[in-house]
Amino acid sequence: MGRQQGRARTFTRRSLLLLGGQLGLFGVLAGRLYWLQVVESEKYQTLSDTNRISLRLVPPVRGRVLDREGEPLAVNRPNYRIVVVPELTGNVGATLDALATLLPVGEADRRRIMRDVARKRRFLPIVVRENLSWEDVGRVAVNTQDLPGVQFDVGFAREYPRGMDFAHVVGYVAPPAEADLTGDPLLELPDFRIGRNGIERVYDLAMRGRGGTSQLEVNAVGRPIRELDRVDGDPGQDVALTIDAGLQRFCMQRLSQEESAAAVVMEVETGEVLASSSWPSFDPNDFATGIPAGLWRELLADTRGPLTNKVVSGQYAPGSTYKMVVALAGLEAGVIAPDHRIHCPGHMDLGDNRFHCWRRGGHGAVDMVEAIQQSCDVYFYELSRRVGIDRISAMSRRFGLGQSLGIDVPGERAGLMPTRAWKEAIHGKPWAQGDTLVAGIGQGFVLATPLQLAVMTARMANGGRAVEPHFARQRIEGGSLVDRVEEPAPSLGIPQRHLAVVLKAMSSVVNDPRGTAFRARIDEPELAMGGKTGTSQVRRITAQERATGMRRPHEVPWNERDHALFVGFAPVREPRYACAVIVEHGGGGSAVAAPIARDILLEAQRRDSAGRSVRRARAVGTAPT
Amino acid sequence: MDLRAIFAGRPDEPGLVDKLASVNWGLVLLIALVSCIGFAMQYSAAGGSMQPWAGRQVARFGAGLVLMLVAALVHLRWWHALAYPVYALGLLLLVAVEVFGRIGMGAQRWIDLGFFQFQPTELMKLGLVLVLARHFHAMSQEQVRKPHRLAWPVLLGVVPALLVAKQPDLGSALLLLTLTGALLFLAGVRLWKFAAVVALVLAALPLAWSRLRDYQKQRVLVFLDPEKDPLGSGYHIIQSKIALGSGGIWGKGFMQGTQSYLQFLPEKQTDFIFTMYAEEFGLAGGIVLLALYAAILVYGTMIALVARSQFGRLLASGIMVAFWVYAFINMAMVTGLIPVVGEPLPFVSYGGSALVSLLVSFGLVINVYVHRNAQIGRAGDEGGP
Repeated sequence: MGRQQGRARTFTRRSLLLLGGQLGLFGVLAGRLYWLQVVESEKYQTLSDTNRISLRLVPPVRGRVLDREGEPLAVNRPNYRIVVVPELTGNVGATLDALATLLPVGEADRRRIMRDVARKRRFLPIVVRENLSWEDVGRVAVNTQDLPGVQFDVGFAREYPRGMDFAHVVGYVAPPAEADLTGDPLLELPDFRIGRNGIERVYDLAMRGRGGTSQLEVNAVGRPIRELDRVDGDPGQDVALTIDAGLQRFCMQRLSQEESAAAVVMEVETGEVLASSSWPSFDPNDFATGIPAGLWRELLADTRGPLTNKVVSGQYAPGSTYKMVVALAGLEAGVIAPDHRIHCPGHMDLGDNRFHCWRRGGHGAVDMVEAIQQSCDVYFYELSRRVGIDRISAMSRRFGLGQSLGIDVPGERAGLMPTRAWKEAIHGKPWAQGDTLVAGIGQGFVLATPLQLAVMTARMANGGRAVEPHFARQRIEGGSLVDRVEEPAPSLGIPQRHLAVVLKAMSSVVNDPRGTAFRARIDEPELAMGGKTGTSQVRRITAQERATGMRRPHEVPWNERDHALFVGFAPVREPRYACAVIVEHGGGGSAVAAPIARDILLEAQRRDSAGRSVRRARAVGTAPT
Repeated sequence: MDLRAIFAGRPDEPGLVDKLASVNWGLVLLIALVSCIGFAMQYSAAGGSMQPWAGRQVARFGAGLVLMLVAALVHLRWWHALAYPVYALGLLLLVAVEVFGRIGMGAQRWIDLGFFQFQPTELMKLGLVLVLARHFHAMSQEQVRKPHRLAWPVLLGVVPALLVAKQPDLGSALLLLTLTGALLFLAGVRLWKFAAVVALVLAALPLAWSRLRDYQKQRVLVFLDPEKDPLGSGYHIIQSKIALGSGGIWGKGFMQGTQSYLQFLPEKQTDFIFTMYAEEFGLAGGIVLLALYAAILVYGTMIALVARSQFGRLLASGIMVAFWVYAFINMAMVTGLIPVVGEPLPFVSYGGSALVSLLVSFGLVINVYVHRNAQIGRAGDEGGP
């Protein structure tokens, strides 16, 4: 028992010692509180009342989008807002009533404001109206003495001065969605927008810039007194496009005469896209300010696809515009000579099937130039039968068909160049020779986008070099934009004499009285163009229709009519521009698409001589703050 | 199993009703008072709303009180028997947290039971006090004085401390070591041994410094000179001092604190709740809270002193030490006396895990009082010494 008591005695002694120490340290705490709250209180009181530091995030100014001449296509417009600070107002309702006599304040606005008044801290401004005109601002400014707590505020809003013309290329911005939030507080600022489509999306990170911070001294109710320190962020970088805004507008207006169409113009040497238009279009300004639900549903429901950039996302059977590729494949394979003639009786029989030429009476004996000039189908049935699908497909790929081109606007589709393996994998049926014949006139499985057709034409017109299309003069390197260095495009390895035959044939399509596009020729020899018409079937022509005679175009429902296509280049002597035009359900390529391409190529050359810079290196600055 | 056997001991020992009557209701009242201060401050921190903190805290307090009474009325022998299981469970969960732990606040500290997020360190602290109390209960004073007999209890403390430090939760690791030291001290280990350990620790400091994480180093450095980095790590300390100092003697009044509302204070409902309290209620309020804490401390220590079993004495003392360390560290931190270590203020800070484990711990303290005369053998049986 004694040991037990000894243990207890030790415990009691040490326990009290410990308690003493603990209470002593509590005493130290009390002393510390006395020091802070009594002795030094005055100092801290002053600090508390007047010297509080508040850090605020300063959003960066988003980079602009400019055309090749520096014309702004996407800019930051000052957004004048009227805000009310509840704390300075007293009676918010009465202030709103007074304000409503100067500018309309809707019932919905009023409800939102009153809700924010109840929810937010009283010294925080609440937006009453934004996107005000300068007149509205002025009218309120004159009356501010009667409107306590009403203040002005300037933010930035994205604006697209060219509106519809650039909706598909430049794209638009929108507030970040939940999935876009990365933890970067910048994204959570109410005004912040991120690129949602087009160039705005592809170059978004470089255009965003980096936010700065402002260290503010605020008073007892949190109102800023003065700025103590400021760390400037970096404004976003400007993106300079290769597009010529004037030509783009011209294309858009020319296409707007059709129901649904797309056109693209590019430089054959550099791959710079000068115009890329998809009609119908939409106004991206609606998206920047938040699109009304009704308008959005309307755009989505429109069968002509105003939201789709048909230049890169529309896939069409290229029809006869594809025949040059087949011709080049034939020449390279050595299965035909340019002057070799094939007889066209108006059809060709293969097994039990009869393949028709578009001219029922036939073309007679035609050589390669004549076959392209008059778009003889039988010549190309026979030629593709000799070449075989594999070699046609391989030649197509060299001209950029059937694969993504890796361009800098979103939504690009790859088109389709069928091979034997592809058909077996997808359709589970072996390749038939009839498939080859149909592919030889650009029908059947073959699909291409207008951009791919323009690239194909450019690669023929520039002497067989693999130019890559692009929309911006810069590219992203390590998160920021650097000027693109133009390097000569690598050769496709196609003999010049083969290309010469094809280019001669394309010239005669337009400039020979027998050519399918003769009526769309350019009379001035200096500006003359070459090209190829194409008509792409949307539905099969039945044997019965063929027997009873074709229906007239106006008898066919719009969405069952053929697509009209044209690919062209100009000038013929020294090609500078390649162009592809498609008019959805427009009818025949020669009657509908060729005149559009003529107008566009003429305009491109006229603007050229009017002083548009061609491949002019120019330093690109950043947006002014 | 007969429930009576759990709550009652031998037939000659007091029954459940007698036990309930001998619960220290005064201590419970003190705890409730401090908790009410907590509810009020959580209400204030939410800008005058029971959501999101005060309401839930009140509910947890209610549930915690029930658990507290259960912990108080179960016979002390059961706790003696449960010491190693609780400790083992705590250790197991610490390892589990290391493996599956959810990342919370940059540290792996939580186990999610679905309905309840749980910090294994809380269980570990209780488990450590239980095993050390049990261990020394079985040792005579002579045995305690033999150095080699101390290897086991030191190991019991150091292993979980290392695991916790790895999370990394330096504050809790230090608390576990402090608990071990305090219980060794109370059990009668010679003072020169503590001196030797202190000397050793001082010698090892440079090594420890090099192993600290950058943010931990930063906390210490900025503590030494907060003005060095007024917008970075020192920001909280400076803002906390401004809030406290501007409160003055009588404070700015309930819900009138400006510093806290302007969001100058981080985690104002948890670690910095004392700052808010002292801004709104001033020095007077601060002293009242300190006095309440001191009263609880004295009350708990007295319970330890009247217990007849060494197990009971050490159990109550260990819990009181942990309680004191929490309270002191938190208040010393926000008043700028020690670096920011992120420990909550007992019964006041928002946090269910901490509140419930505190209430259960105090249930054990009350248990020691209720069973102050109980005999516990060395092996936990009912026999005498």
